[in-house]
Amino acid sequence: MGRKVLLVEDEPNIVEAMGFILSRDGWSVASHANGETAMDEIRRVGPDVLVLDVMLPGRSGYEILRELRADAALAALPVLMLTARGQEKDRALAEELGATRFMTKPFSNADLRKAVNHIAGED
Amino acid sequence: MVSFNLLLLVSLAYVAALFAVAFWADRRARQGRSAWLRSPLIYTLSLSIYCTAWTFYGAVGYAARSGLEYLTIYLGPTLVMVGWWWVLRKLVHVGRAQRVTSIADLLSSRYGKSNLLGVIVTLLAVIGTTPYIALQLQSVTLSFSVFAAEWPEGFRPPGPDATAFWVAAGLALFTILFGTRSLDVNERHSGVVTAIAVEAVVKLVALLAVGIFVTWGVAGGVAGIARAIEASPIAAWQLDSARWVSLTFLSAAAFLTLPRMFQVLVVENADERQLATAAWAFPLYLLLMSLFVIPIAVVGLGRLPEGANPDLFVLTLPLSADREGLAMLSFLGGFSSATSMVIVAAIALSTMVSNNIVLPLWLWLRRDRPGASQSGDLRRLVLVARRLAIGAILLLGYGYYRFSGGGAALAAIGLISFTGVAQVLPALLGGLFWRGATRTGAAAGLLAGFAVWAYTLYLPSLGEGGPMSAALMEQGPLGLGWLRPQALFGITGLDPVVHALFWSMVANTGAFLLASLLSFPTPLERLQSAQFVHALAQNSPAPGWIGGAGGAEDLLILAQRIMGASEAQALFSAHAARQGKQGYLPDPTAEFIEALERELAGSVGAATAHAMIGQITGAAAVSVDDLMAVADETQQVLEYSARLEAQQAELARTARQLEAANEKLTQLSLQKDAFLSQISHELRTPMTSIRAFSEILADAGADLAPDERQKYASVIQDETIRLTRLLDDLLDLSVLENGQVSMDMRAVPLSEVLERALTSTASVIAEAGVEIIRDRASEGRLLHTDPGRLAQVFINLIANAVKYNDSPGPKLEIRISEHPGCLLVDLIDNGPGIAPEAREMIFEKFSRLSDQAAAGSAGLGLAICREIMERLGGSVEYLPGQGGAAFRVRHPLRENLA
Repeated sequence: MGRKVLLVEDEPNIVEAMGFILSRDGWSVASHANGETAMDEIRRVGPDVLVLDVMLPGRSGYEILRELRADAALAALPVLMLTARGQEKDRALAEELGATRFMTKPFSNADLRKAVNHIAGED
Repeated sequence: MVSFNLLLLVSLAYVAALFAVAFWADRRARQGRSAWLRSPLIYTLSLSIYCTAWTFYGAVGYAARSGLEYLTIYLGPTLVMVGWWWVLRKLVHVGRAQRVTSIADLLSSRYGKSNLLGVIVTLLAVIGTTPYIALQLQSVTLSFSVFAAEWPEGFRPPGPDATAFWVAAGLALFTILFGTRSLDVNERHSGVVTAIAVEAVVKLVALLAVGIFVTWGVAGGVAGIARAIEASPIAAWQLDSARWVSLTFLSAAAFLTLPRMFQVLVVENADERQLATAAWAFPLYLLLMSLFVIPIAVVGLGRLPEGANPDLFVLTLPLSADREGLAMLSFLGGFSSATSMVIVAAIALSTMVSNNIVLPLWLWLRRDRPGASQSGDLRRLVLVARRLAIGAILLLGYGYYRFSGGGAALAAIGLISFTGVAQVLPALLGGLFWRGATRTGAAAGLLAGFAVWAYTLYLPSLGEGGPMSAALMEQGPLGLGWLRPQALFGITGLDPVVHALFWSMVANTGAFLLASLLSFPTPLERLQSAQFVHALAQNSPAPGWIGGAGGAEDLLILAQRIMGASEAQALFSAHAARQGKQGYLPDPTAEFIEALERELAGSVGAATAHAMIGQITGAAAVSVDDLMAVADETQQVLEYSARLEAQQAELARTARQLEAANEKLTQLSLQKDAFLSQISHELRTPMTSIRAFSEILADAGADLAPDERQKYASVIQDETIRLTRLLDDLLDLSVLENGQVSMDMRAVPLSEVLERALTSTASVIAEAGVEIIRDRASEGRLLHTDPGRLAQVFINLIANAVKYNDSPGPKLEIRISEHPGCLLVDLIDNGPGIAPEAREMIFEKFSRLSDQAAAGSAGLGLAICREIMERLGGSVEYLPGQGGAAFRVRHPLRENLA
């Protein structure tokens, strides 16, 4: 159970689906639904990969990402950004803030698996 | 013997001839064929109204009594005319440039368009002229009586009073007919002026004829006259230099200030160049008028019996020689002298009365009615006022004649009158030549001079019957000897006229100077004083602005008009800063004004800029010529700048509208982006779950436990329903917002609507265990509404209340209250409520306060509620201060639905 992924996502159905897919792929999955407390959770869990939704209650994924990248301990953490808004400027912003990968909802399960594994450097 | 009937017939024929001449000239002028009417000859002859009956008859009497002193009466006007270049030219120029209608108007205009001065001068003129008119009536009456002396005993001609009355009435009629016929802008009366020119010829011819007859027909030529002079008291006449200088001054002053002289000199002047001709022609006329005065006087003194009135020698000499034709001519000469003076004086005075007293009074009385000055009534009012004034003035003259008894010598009355109107002189000359003269000064001078004149000359002239008793004359008021009317400050031995003239002029000029120096002129006075004093100044190429007195604020207004508001303010602020001043208004220094003028010149041309600034600063560099030259230009510029201003305002308005529209569009665009982004999010989120679970079911369906399969399938189902509901809401909101939906209005009781809403939400209510508290007694109220839509509103609110209420014993109270015109339904829960800062937002689209999908709504519910309530004519709003969350639904009530 070496590989840990943390899903920061507020839609329970999506969390359940992603959790199902990634755990079948060998990932140990944790989830968190609140943006405001997400940073604490990330530090506490210490995941190998972070899946981060943009629209979160309390605090947006972008802000979390910015803080994350400013923190030396977490700066290198691979992050997969998810957004349901799917505009080009969202992608640009995510990349500018240092997202390792960016995906627009909805996505195929295979793409999710590939993306997570890819950014984890285990492709 | 000249019978009364013949005399009357000739007089009437003469008057009829005058009527004809006046009528004819008026018609010519109206047809525009009046070129010759404006000839210098007519102008010069019209000036002859200076020579009234007083001159015609009185000069001879004057000479018989006081020798050559009568010449002073001619000398004054001669000096004024010969020296026309200095005073008269300016007076006429200013009068015409300022379009003045009388001497009162001129002073009023010069001193800041002061009503007060207009009234003072008018009153002064009326009071000063009244004795003069009386004098004319007296002379006509006297001349009648000369003929009457030869009428048979049994014949009873009308008494002198009756004669005077009928003469006054006839003159009033003539003056009203020709003097108030029309209301011209320039106040010129071609008919009257022409008639007066004719009269000038008649009186000159008459006097010359009598003179020639006396010299060559009676005295036997020039040598005979010389011998007669030798034998007469005139030879022993000694020059009284005080009187000589005083009287010359007096007649010169009167020539300029007499209302009737001002009328013909300035008002009736059609062309300033006529002055150049009149400057020599009028003195020539005076010379001819005075040529035979001494011969007639000495012959009269020698030939006529002792005690004969020398004032009537002109008549009595021909009569004594049985030259009745000549006597008739002489009578007509005197008659015409009298009539022309009375006519012009009445016109001038009536103009003053109407323009300076009646009109201001009328406008003041109607000050609350705007537009009164534009109404057609005004012209009529002016004409009626003038006609009444003419009647009143002649009545006054007649009254003075009756009151004074007609006894005083003609010359004495004339001099009293002259001294009275001469009081206008200091204010007039000061106004033309001294920038420092102020309205206060002018009023003070006029009143002081007038008071001294009345006290020392006018009131005493009314004699014993007047207000001045003999005791007062002898000992002074209250026994104060130094206040004796004819010996002020103990100066005795002076001739009363010289005494009065001296003291009135001293008081007048002193008060005028002193009050002018001590008072401050208003801006309008400053402007007018510049226009008057610099009336003839040439426009120098680059005059400096010295002593500019205009306010910086006025300059700013002007500059804004021409340059535009922001540029002008920038310029002014820059100069203020350079002067080290706070704010945006610099001191109007010469340097600044010159800079400003240069700026303005760039927009409107140098002359205009110069004149415009001059108008405001009243500084020394402006002349009326400047203003006249640019008057049209200025007008155009003002109109142009007014148009620019309007266009600018319109542009600014359009720009503002565009800006607002743009802002709105930008906002709409932002809103649209945000909305699309939201929609995208709301659609993609359920789709993500659907896609993920459907792929899981497809790929790994076989590996899944049946309950897992069942669970994932139901997630897909729920998310599909969520998507459908979102699309329904969106379409619903769009339809509501575009107003494309029609409400299905019916009368239903509120209870029915609430019941429907509670039934729809029964399952969620039951699930959350929310207690619903109702007010069934009030629910029976009938509403005129769309029951489906209103139920939708309640369903949304109830669902929200249930959804967000996480307290242990959840409750929802539905309160109903009725207000005039509306029914209030309050839905109050005991949940956490909504934070104040969020209350504004909750009615916006997608304003869900948290992204909890568990809430199961897309955030469109309240937006839809608001749209529905607006369409129903009511409203829905957050009701603060109820503990939990509370919403108030306001529904309109129709009274006929009991």
